[in-house]
Amino acid sequence: MRLSAANLACVRGGRDVFTGISFSVASGETLAITGRNGVGKSSLLRIVAGLIRITAGEIALEGGDPELTIAEQAHYLGHQDALKPALSVGENLRFWTGFLGGKATEITAALEAAGLHALADLPAGYLSAGQRRRLSIARLLAVRRPIWLLDEPMSTLDAAAQERLTGLMHTHLAQGGLILSATHGTLGIGAAQELRLGEAA
Amino acid sequence: MSALAALLVRDIRIGVRVGGGALMGVLFFLVVVTLVPFAVGPDLALLKRIGPAILWLAALLASLLALDRLFAADHEDGSLDLLLMSRAPLELVVAAKGLAHWLTTGLPLIVAAPLIGLLLNLDPPAEAALVLTFLAGTPALTFIGLIGAAISVALRRGGLLLAVLVLPLTVPVLIFGVAAANAAISGPMPFGTPFTILCALTLASLVIGPFAAAAALRQEME
Amino acid sequence: MALTDLANPSRFLSFANRAIPWLGGFTVIVLAFGLNQAMSAPNDYQQGDTVKIMYLHVPSAWLSMLAWAVMSVAALGTLVWRHPLADVAAKAAAPIGAAFALLCLITGSLWGRPEWGTYWVWDARLTSELVLFLLYLGVIALWRTVEDPARAARAAAILTLVGAIDLPIIKFSVVWWNTLHQGSSFGLTGSTIYPTMLIPLLIMAVAFTLLFATLHLAAMRNEILRRRVRTQRLMQASTAN
Repeated sequence: MRLSAANLACVRGGRDVFTGISFSVASGETLAITGRNGVGKSSLLRIVAGLIRITAGEIALEGGDPELTIAEQAHYLGHQDALKPALSVGENLRFWTGFLGGKATEITAALEAAGLHALADLPAGYLSAGQRRRLSIARLLAVRRPIWLLDEPMSTLDAAAQERLTGLMHTHLAQGGLILSATHGTLGIGAAQELRLGEAA
Repeated sequence: MSALAALLVRDIRIGVRVGGGALMGVLFFLVVVTLVPFAVGPDLALLKRIGPAILWLAALLASLLALDRLFAADHEDGSLDLLLMSRAPLELVVAAKGLAHWLTTGLPLIVAAPLIGLLLNLDPPAEAALVLTFLAGTPALTFIGLIGAAISVALRRGGLLLAVLVLPLTVPVLIFGVAAANAAISGPMPFGTPFTILCALTLASLVIGPFAAAAALRQEME
Repeated sequence: MALTDLANPSRFLSFANRAIPWLGGFTVIVLAFGLNQAMSAPNDYQQGDTVKIMYLHVPSAWLSMLAWAVMSVAALGTLVWRHPLADVAAKAAAPIGAAFALLCLITGSLWGRPEWGTYWVWDARLTSELVLFLLYLGVIALWRTVEDPARAARAAAILTLVGAIDLPIIKFSVVWWNTLHQGSSFGLTGSTIYPTMLIPLLIMAVAFTLLFATLHLAAMRNEILRRRVRTQRLMQASTAN
């Protein structure tokens, strides 16, 4: 599987955010998108997720399911956690698993991998920011999708949780997945390609 | 279609949980109906005559309540992004949310309407006719409201804008809902004529609402 | 045991656990006696048997107002002394008060049907009781909407006190608006009701007050336990990794 983009441009509110972006990521590879604030890291991820229309250029996926769009084969982990505080931890994950077409049998394992198994019956509103983030990540584990689009995935996570997420990302890559991640710091993934936005290419 | 079932269950759950708006609609409905006699006077004959109109107006306002949060809440917590990326068609996703909203705010209104009708001195046949028109007409209010909810999704103060956008669109539903209820109570028009038109309006809005709302959401996200 | 000891939630819980069975038993006895007295009281020469509804209707009306008074005192406790038990007392009283108001409205409309020929008239008494019921529902909705009990308590306390000031105003305005309901049969200068009916009515009023006290105590206990559960779950979330 290979996800590639050629000459992508993004115009937001009449302003050129970026132009002429190209990249190519294959199964088992990670693309780290870096650059200072406002340079369009999040916009690039949202373009791949189909949440922003492409102004110019194109994105193609080879070796995926031809029946589905790229967005339908991707997980998007944005800045917000997409959780409902009134629902319990388990209910939140069960909903997303059901909605995204995953198997209910994966839920327990996903909660365990995120370290939230003991809190399954608590309302999500009681969780700390880091715990909410981990619950959001558990969604990626409960439903298999080959493409992970991660926007600053390490933010709000403590050192232990960051390490755990790095491990999960390694597992995903080993299973043939690919990752696009916007990041300020390091992802801790050994061989990551880097796409530096905002510098004259 | 288990994705839509999951969404339906989630939205209903949120509606009936602490902080959810499910019973707030009924309370609002009751308060609005209670206020009318203070304004027009306690004359029971008059109230009986305008009763169906009062109840319909109150139901219209109550079913718009909390509608502004329908997509806005999902937008704020990031859920809407994931709903937009769904494998299920967005139109059906929107319709599932509309159905959940109707089940948690519209249906309680219909259950409460006969009791509240007692306050306006409606007799049993009038109550039955009113419940029937509510059952046929309130889904139209919700599904027309979906369009406004989708258009105002990313706006602060979306609630007021929503009312301004949606209320004029609900005029036909109000006309034929009240006409059908009045026809059943006092004639001379047969009940069937306005009631059939009311059903037609609802069926049309069940189709148009989700399509327009989905289109608005897609535009909004650009 | 001094009254101040009860201000401690744990002491209050053990007091409530001991008091509720006794209070409940006493309530049952007085209620049974009151109902018996009411049933054997003479019928009204105009209304016949339907006058018996009075023995439920009038005490419900009184208790619905008493519950608001209890909530108002508790609201002062919340706002002035910031006492957590005052929050609990206010929250626990609201649904009970609403239930008495609803009972009053239902018995009133059942009484009104044979007397006035309709279940409901927009008369001063009925209408102000309906407004009271709506205010109760508003307070309950407020408690249900705000998740943090301490914040909900302050907001509900302000609403309760405003309601306490506003209720007489609503009541008078409604009276001037229109009236069909009979005037009050009681006054400081004496009553116009026969002792054969008055005594069962007063017994029923005592029974309803006891019922309120029992239910209120039980509801307060439940609310304290519910808050402990909430605190423990919050702690569970914050200690987990």
